[in-house]
Amino acid sequence: MARTMAEKVWEEHVVRRADGEPDLLYIDLHLVHEVTSPQAFEGLRIADRPLRRADLTIATEDHNVPTENIFLPIADPVSRTQIETLRKNASDFGVRLHPMGDIEQGVVHVIGPQLGITQPGMTIVCGDSHTSTHGAFGALAFGIGTSQVEHVMATQTLPLAPFKTMAVNVKGSLKPGVTSKDIILAVIAKIGTGGGQGYVIEYRGEAVRALSMEARMTVCNMSIEAGARAGMIAPDQTTFDYLKGRPHAPEGELWDQAVAHWQTLATDEGAVFDREVELDADELSPFVTWGTNPGQGAPLDTSVPDPASFADASERAAAEKALAYMDLTPGTPLREVAVDTVFVGSCTNGRIEDLRAAAEVIKGRRVAEGVRMMIVPGSMRVKEQAAAEGLDQVFTAAGAEWREAGCSMCLGMNPDTLKPGERCASTSNRNFEGRQGKGGRTHLVSPLVAAATAVRGTLSSPADL
Amino acid sequence: MEKFTVHTGRAVPLRYSNVDTDQIIPAVYLKRVSRSGFEDGLFAAWRAGDPDFVLNKPEYKDGTVLIAGSDFGTGSSREHAVWALQNYGFKTVLAPRFADIFRGNSLKGGLLTVVLPQESIEYLWNLVEGDPTAEVTVDLEAREVRAQGLTEPFELDDYTRWRLLEGLDDIGLTLRHVDAITEFEKQRKPWLPVTQ
Repeated sequence: MARTMAEKVWEEHVVRRADGEPDLLYIDLHLVHEVTSPQAFEGLRIADRPLRRADLTIATEDHNVPTENIFLPIADPVSRTQIETLRKNASDFGVRLHPMGDIEQGVVHVIGPQLGITQPGMTIVCGDSHTSTHGAFGALAFGIGTSQVEHVMATQTLPLAPFKTMAVNVKGSLKPGVTSKDIILAVIAKIGTGGGQGYVIEYRGEAVRALSMEARMTVCNMSIEAGARAGMIAPDQTTFDYLKGRPHAPEGELWDQAVAHWQTLATDEGAVFDREVELDADELSPFVTWGTNPGQGAPLDTSVPDPASFADASERAAAEKALAYMDLTPGTPLREVAVDTVFVGSCTNGRIEDLRAAAEVIKGRRVAEGVRMMIVPGSMRVKEQAAAEGLDQVFTAAGAEWREAGCSMCLGMNPDTLKPGERCASTSNRNFEGRQGKGGRTHLVSPLVAAATAVRGTLSSPADL
Repeated sequence: MEKFTVHTGRAVPLRYSNVDTDQIIPAVYLKRVSRSGFEDGLFAAWRAGDPDFVLNKPEYKDGTVLIAGSDFGTGSSREHAVWALQNYGFKTVLAPRFADIFRGNSLKGGLLTVVLPQESIEYLWNLVEGDPTAEVTVDLEAREVRAQGLTEPFELDDYTRWRLLEGLDDIGLTLRHVDAITEFEKQRKPWLPVTQ
């Protein structure tokens, strides 16, 4: 029978199947960070259980870490305790940890692919919803809660109820200035924040095939923002070229075996998805969000919508509440919305290609008066690469801040936050109320739009410069 | 884990849809390494910033049943959202639809999340707004929600229901099959990466 890629990967990992019970799935890789792991390690201790497969587990420090002065003690004692707790836990349970200052440290979803430890056909979990990022390689990768983190530590498996499958078919090709971030923001605006609920989404079509690995990661990263548990893209030559030669990629004979297997993972001809959604890349333009959930977005060429234009009563109420929080007036052209801060970084858009894209726009220009632009590489390796290419010089010459690796201003958990009322164009993934700091206002954008916005001081695309 | 069989209590009407876990508990409260004491973070921004927010009203302070709008628990996978609701005193949350990860977390931790039709949620909102002392019963044995003028069945798979009724820990259940795990590990693909 013809099967989808998600079904194939699932079937390959079933440890145990019994009537009336969820399938027990084997987990190939467990990524760990400081925020969602302490209570799980503590659970192991209380129950006197060992961590079953430290060799399939890797940890880093990302959510809490400051992005400057990283060799000084962390000022916030609670954050410091959480970091120190992870260090002790990693040491006690034999887990490899890349701490602050280490060359392999970075946002957990940036370092997995970078190390080549994220590979097609794997099951990958992390106590972080953006684990869907790794699906760009054709892995089944999803975020889990702390109870499940403990479960994976103790058993290297998870009992899971089956997912439904959705195909998002993106035909055509992207115009210059339009990026994979605009694809995923358009998908979320189309199907809504609950539209993917219960599904694994597979992104397909010529526009997806044409994307680089890093651009694919941006798409899969935000699958959770459409409510989906995971997003996947079939592995192809682009995937293999990206992986070849990375520290944990197979070599020699094993590489050939692996590639042969990876080529069988793509969805079979004639396989049936539970739902299909169509999108035309030729029709896309730079997208920005205006509201307080990632589904509340619109093309930059349009205006702040009138809540009265929403037919559905709950959407109307949500739009009214969002505009009040965002302090926006219906009918205002989105291009006239002025920002205080521009943030380039995060597991969505903190990779080298994202920094190159932003640098290309900002090169030879200045960040607008009164605007603060922060560039936060997704990992120390990305930072190193960017510096080797001179991108750090481009950014600092333009008046932007050049920082160390971490989650930074994607979430209000470290010193990089917005002040109440501040407005930010952000390449991150969530525009929830207070996400970037209490009272802060977030517009989600691509790195190109972020850089152009920094120059003009209002939401802009490079074409406006 | 505490068993869940039948719970009857006062209810809190939360007339918002798309309540994400950053609202349920902002990130700044996630720095702790304990598993308790998260009640101060529950809806912290709304409780601090909006005197009319429902949890700031004295008539709802003893509520144990939260009645929310659609897509409750979207966004971040933080299980702290479940702990914050439980630490505050909630035993169950009713909504037309929940985000997947939040739902999974809640049912692992013994916070019963119940999917009801939008009309039933509207009915219950009106009921408890009209009479804050009105009680709502969530009966897991019968898979039924009951309140004055309403009896509404709900769905929950047999396995999860059994686990909640018995208060069973998932890890203990899985470790009964440790031989199957060991057997599986013998036939994993030879190229799969290891971290050390």
